[in-house]
Amino acid sequence: MNVLAITVTTIGLHHYLVLGAFLFVCGLMTILLKRNAIGILMGVELVLNAANVNLVAFNYFSYAGTHGEPALNGQIFAVFVIVLAAAEAAVALAIFLNFYNNFTTIDVERASNLKG
Amino acid sequence: MDAINSITNANAEAVLFYAFAGMAAISALLLVLSRNIVRTAVCLLFTLMGVAGLYFLLHAEFLAAVQLVVYAGGTLILIIFGVMLTSKSPFSKFEPKPGEVAIALVVGTVLFAALVLALHSFPFPAAEPNLEGKYPLLALGQALLGDYLIPFEIASVLLLVVMIGAAYLAKGRRHEAEDLKLGRTPASKTMRQWS
Repeated sequence: MNVLAITVTTIGLHHYLVLGAFLFVCGLMTILLKRNAIGILMGVELVLNAANVNLVAFNYFSYAGTHGEPALNGQIFAVFVIVLAAAEAAVALAIFLNFYNNFTTIDVERASNLKG
Repeated sequence: MDAINSITNANAEAVLFYAFAGMAAISALLLVLSRNIVRTAVCLLFTLMGVAGLYFLLHAEFLAAVQLVVYAGGTLILIIFGVMLTSKSPFSKFEPKPGEVAIALVVGTVLFAALVLALHSFPFPAAEPNLEGKYPLLALGQALLGDYLIPFEIASVLLLVVMIGAAYLAKGRRHEAEDLKLGRTPASKTMRQWS
């Protein structure tokens, strides 16, 4: 019995938060490293997903449920984040298409018309 | 018997967590390292699916389904269409400069180390799963149309505005073809002269 108990690894809040931190850092590095505008958009999506992992994990491991009702604030925040991410992706892609039509490239380094 | 059952349950949960988390983390890392934009999109797909699996483990079934349908099914397809529309050859590469790579590596390592250290030093209360609600989906729907009604409606108006705005922004290119047909200088050429 004791031997079995040792092999048990309980997955707690920390595991999810570390994963969220890793995804966030990956997204940030994608934003910093990619010169393709759509690659940067993917980095933004990754950052939003990291935030969502944190929200849902906190929601699951929290005591916030009152009067026997489940705690749902984190999940609802995550739903709104997904909606906003979809909207943001649509507008960003429309802007990138316009950019591509004007500059025939999607390299963000070339978008320097407003540079003084 | 109950103890053994709970132990196997915990083990299965741990195995599933490491499988999904590993899938998400490894494909996120590949997303950073990949220089090919199509491969990057595929990596993003696997990351999103891993995160959806984690939502299942966290008993957020509705969110997992939304993640798969909206993100993996909608947003990612949109992104792939964007990739196909904006590159003459979809395998074109843009290499970052070595200085940028160094800065990104330093920022990423320092930030990740700081976040993990902060997580391990912060005293979170002993976390116990919150399983009080029997039907979270019912409660989620009631909350969305009850306490969160105004954000819900604002989100729907926002989606309408975004749809109109994106359609308007994306259609602006037909002028160029007309300009070329009439022998005028296209707008893009004059723009490049100014720059």
